[in-house]
Amino acid sequence: MSTRPDRYDSALGFTALRGPLARVAQILLYAVLVTIFAGPLVALMVGAFSPVADPSRLTLWPDRLTLDNFTAAFDRGVLGYLLNSFIVVGVGLLLQILVSVSAVYALARHKFPGMRLVLLLILSTMMLPEEILAIPLSLVLADVPIVHVNLIGTLAGMIVPVAAWAFSILVMTEFMKEIPMELEEAARIDGAGDLRILMTIVLPLVRPALGVIGIFGFTMIWDQYMLPLLVAQDASQFTLPLALRTLRTDEQAGLGVLLAAALLALLPSVLAFLALQRQFMKGLTSGAVKG
Amino acid sequence: MTSLREAPARRRAPALGVPARRGRGARAYALPWLFLLPALILFAVFKFAPMVRAIEMSFHEVRPYLGDRWVGADNYSAVVTDDAFRSAIWHTVVLAVGQTGGSLVIGLVLALLLEGAARHLWFVRTAVFLPTVAAMAVVAEVWRLIYYPAPDGIANTLLGWIGMGPSSFLNAEDTSLWSVMAVGIWRGAPYDMMIFIAGLAGVDRTLYEASAADGAGPLRRLWHVTLPSLRPVFAILFTLAAIRGLRVFTEIFLLTNGGPNGSTEVLMTLIYKLGLERNELGIAAAGSMVLLGATVVLTLTVQALRRREAR
Repeated sequence: MSTRPDRYDSALGFTALRGPLARVAQILLYAVLVTIFAGPLVALMVGAFSPVADPSRLTLWPDRLTLDNFTAAFDRGVLGYLLNSFIVVGVGLLLQILVSVSAVYALARHKFPGMRLVLLLILSTMMLPEEILAIPLSLVLADVPIVHVNLIGTLAGMIVPVAAWAFSILVMTEFMKEIPMELEEAARIDGAGDLRILMTIVLPLVRPALGVIGIFGFTMIWDQYMLPLLVAQDASQFTLPLALRTLRTDEQAGLGVLLAAALLALLPSVLAFLALQRQFMKGLTSGAVKG
Repeated sequence: MTSLREAPARRRAPALGVPARRGRGARAYALPWLFLLPALILFAVFKFAPMVRAIEMSFHEVRPYLGDRWVGADNYSAVVTDDAFRSAIWHTVVLAVGQTGGSLVIGLVLALLLEGAARHLWFVRTAVFLPTVAAMAVVAEVWRLIYYPAPDGIANTLLGWIGMGPSSFLNAEDTSLWSVMAVGIWRGAPYDMMIFIAGLAGVDRTLYEASAADGAGPLRRLWHVTLPSLRPVFAILFTLAAIRGLRVFTEIFLLTNGGPNGSTEVLMTLIYKLGLERNELGIAAAGSMVLLGATVVLTLTVQALRRREAR
């Protein structure tokens, strides 16, 4: 650390300001910002635990807490939707990581003709999101080429398409390139095959990167909307985010049920983010800079 | 930041095990492809096959069981001349520009205000960032409640405090698009903030000190030192946000579903309705292709600009 005064450690020097007046201004500003951005989500949480009759009664300070909204929500099948969501995100994420690691092992640890073309193809899929492909994608899902399976109306239809994700592959490539080649060559001389090298040498060394693609994959799959919308045929296949719209329009369910369900749909991605925040930030910057 | 700067050096490095594998024949050539196979198959089936199908459909009148009929560019001219499509394109552009610009500006302001290593700043940043990790479906439901159009709804109560409103927000034609845009900025700005903060960490601190020694105040320092250093970050965020803005679907679908009276209908919601509700598959596919074309052109333009600037 140099002897440079800390007011030169940030562009404005605002956060380094000292003195009572600056402190008050800072605290006020932070409170306002937290209220604007986190407040609505906190209000949702509070609302889910309080008896709410209509949206104008939402508040950050409840008079009474209750679990009634959750029991009512469970009566309307919310646990089933939650289970579907967990199946989709669990299996989907596992496949996504396996597919990414396998592909990245080829891209980062080998050199072969056609590699640049493969990278270009993978990169180009980032311009082909489910939204833009929605209509033909629903036709493909109804009759998957070559194997001729109908994935419409199955959870598999929401899982298999997210198993390959370009972002995950590109971020992982960055990390796997960092591992020194010597380690691998030593093992190769000892007669280890590629699969063993991947499992015993490369994979343990990229464990932090698994956290990065894991947290990104989790939030990405949890946030999926178009794909479940195309695939789900009836309520038995709804994921929780998809079910919110139905619960809102369900006259008998009431606002409390919607709030409880929305909170359950909010928490997994928020908790996953809080638990793996450091990895998330790493992926955010490396992924964003790669474009 | 670092990853970009280091990339060329890494490519030049001899590594990557070429010599070790020389002379091991066909098996060594096949091996990387074997590891790539799952990803390539999945992309082929769920990305490229639908894209090819969309191109094909966009030139046909799609008639299930009867066979497709070639109609040339009719679907495209329908897209460009149809009033519903025209206003949807206009709404998409307004929304993409507004959300992108709003998120960039507010994200930059947030980054400047919350930059620093102190623990309490980390806490504030985390809280501010939460909208970005919340599922869009949840965000939409929460904002529907905030925008509750009664005079005692949350947003209207807040407007009342500063002597404005009440507004119908999502329920009126002249406010609906702006209300949707505000939600997009609320969710997009914290994302941009985090990227800007990462970019700010890379700005040379001695430049700040030097500019202060030259008598420049914080604002001139911001304008002459900080912002120029952030140019690559702006380019990336602009591309990402613009691409996301063009394909906007979920928030519209859940907040307004294009209403009231088409005032928030965007390309994707219109395509969805045409394709899956009215079965106009050919025209829907042509709409998708227009959207894809715009995305590709936008991405390549920004890439080209960045490369020219880097030279």
